[in-house]
Amino acid sequence: MSTEALSPAPLLHVSQLSKAFRGVQALHDYTLTLQPRTLLGVIGPNGAGKTTLFNLLTGVVSPDRGRILFNGQDITGASPDAIVRAGIARTFQNIRLFRRMSVLDNVKVALQSTQPFRLAEAVLRLPRFVAQEQALEERAKALLAMLELEPYAAMPADSLPYGLQRRLEIAMALATNPKLLLLDEPAAGMNPTEANALMHLIARLRDELKLTIILIEHNMRVVMGICERVQVLNYGEIIAEGTPEAIQNDTRVLRAYLGTVHSEPNHARA
Amino acid sequence: MNHRIGWLIAGLVLALAGASQFLLNDYYQRVLSVIAINIILAVSLNLTNGISGDFSLGHAAFMAIGAYTSAVLTLPVRMKAIVLPDLPVWLGQLEVPFVFALVLGALLAALIAALVGTPVLRLRGHYLSVATLGLMVIVQVVALNWQPVTRGARGINGLPPFTTPLWAYGAMLLTVGIIWRVVHSPLGRAMIAVREDELGAACRGVRVFRTRLAAFIIGAAFASIAGGLWAHLITAITPASFSFLLTFNVVAMVVIGGMGSISGSVAGAVLLTLLPELLRRVETSLALGGQPLYGLSQVVIALLMLGVMIFRPGGLFGREELPAVLARFQRRRSAQRQAPHPSPSS
Repeated sequence: MSTEALSPAPLLHVSQLSKAFRGVQALHDYTLTLQPRTLLGVIGPNGAGKTTLFNLLTGVVSPDRGRILFNGQDITGASPDAIVRAGIARTFQNIRLFRRMSVLDNVKVALQSTQPFRLAEAVLRLPRFVAQEQALEERAKALLAMLELEPYAAMPADSLPYGLQRRLEIAMALATNPKLLLLDEPAAGMNPTEANALMHLIARLRDELKLTIILIEHNMRVVMGICERVQVLNYGEIIAEGTPEAIQNDTRVLRAYLGTVHSEPNHARA
Repeated sequence: MNHRIGWLIAGLVLALAGASQFLLNDYYQRVLSVIAINIILAVSLNLTNGISGDFSLGHAAFMAIGAYTSAVLTLPVRMKAIVLPDLPVWLGQLEVPFVFALVLGALLAALIAALVGTPVLRLRGHYLSVATLGLMVIVQVVALNWQPVTRGARGINGLPPFTTPLWAYGAMLLTVGIIWRVVHSPLGRAMIAVREDELGAACRGVRVFRTRLAAFIIGAAFASIAGGLWAHLITAITPASFSFLLTFNVVAMVVIGGMGSISGSVAGAVLLTLLPELLRRVETSLALGGQPLYGLSQVVIALLMLGVMIFRPGGLFGREELPAVLARFQRRRSAQRQAPHPSPSS
């Protein structure tokens, strides 16, 4: 928290971000200032606007209103590939892999966005191209090793079990060399052991790769376990923001999740 | 190792093509050349339709561009004065070697593909297919009405018969080699990624539109070369030569061979060129009540296509390439060889 106060330039600054779909306000006046290397959790009931937030931040949909400043650069309404190159990577809640490509090639596609490509060099197989491809292969394998996916490198992506597909998603996001990583329900469908392992992985990635992470998650053990700060969305608006402890005792949050709370807030547990 | 085999096959094909010019009669040389031209067409169409996932029906348009460009550029000046007297002066006095005509045709087709692709590739799926079909109509109409350059419906004939098997197979090997290398490069990976999941690709940093456009442009350039070769093989072209029927044939080759597989496109092109030629001979030799069975070949080919689509909907090769298929075949055979000797314990 102290570093947050000292650091002069936030990595991400979002102001008054709004988006409506056919009259339904998916996100309304969303505001966020994120310092480098924080791990922010975003929670909220289904349909609260969490994934819309990610879609807006990554250029998948463009906002009706508001501004997104990333690393001092205005990326409001930029295309998804430009935003990736600016340094924001994401995973998808409903996994999006290149299903019939090999696990290794999936990672390569994400990796190659960071390097230049010249058609003539590729066609003539010039030494520089060959060296570049070799380096790409090694980096892809190193990434797979880091996420313990190396044994599956040659398999088609859609033949992986669900949990490993989620990990491949993370590998691909990391391959684009991001500063900010957006994880959309990475623990969905995992059992407690797997979720625990994932939690440690996320914390490790943040420390080793000096990442800033926004985590959407329904699994409260994961969110409360690793996030320094939590935002709660409901009907497209931020209804609470603070440390995990503060959030757990917030009446508005409990009401959003459980309906009206009559007795003392301590009674119910988020 | 693999590379060396590729070069070896290429050398062998080229040597055989060269030898055929001395050993075979005109008819067989022509059939051989048509096979090579169809391979170029199928492999280049596969780049958009199979690899990057945009089902184009405009291939005949680019072939026409190549054919007319090459025809106008290579026609001897003496003949131009007679056949195309209304040609702009600079064009009328120009006579370009065949290679340059092919390259210029390819560049022109690439330019037009870039201009047309920029709006048309905003579309997806069926909408894109129909729009590319429109491109074919436009090119045909231009060829029909641009009298001074194309001679309209009469077409241009008496073209120099430059295309020999050596030319055709040289161009074919170049096409397959270049497209193979494009597909096995970051660009090719990006194309396949776009085909598999467009949004997923964009969110991993792939410039989706540029990637799709690249596939369209490269495919168009090679279609144009095929068109040029074809014009100088048949030695006469008319706007009607580049009709939907032609596109349909190439699409059938790609689909039967297996969309997304270069080896498949080659196989499809060979099969759908040779088969009608062979069956045509059966038609005339088989006679029922003194009447040759005309049309038999089309029926047989149509049935074959039905069969392939029912039993192998992914085409002959699916999405795989020949080396992968051979490796799997070998594995299966070695597994079978071990099977007849059960271990004593079992």
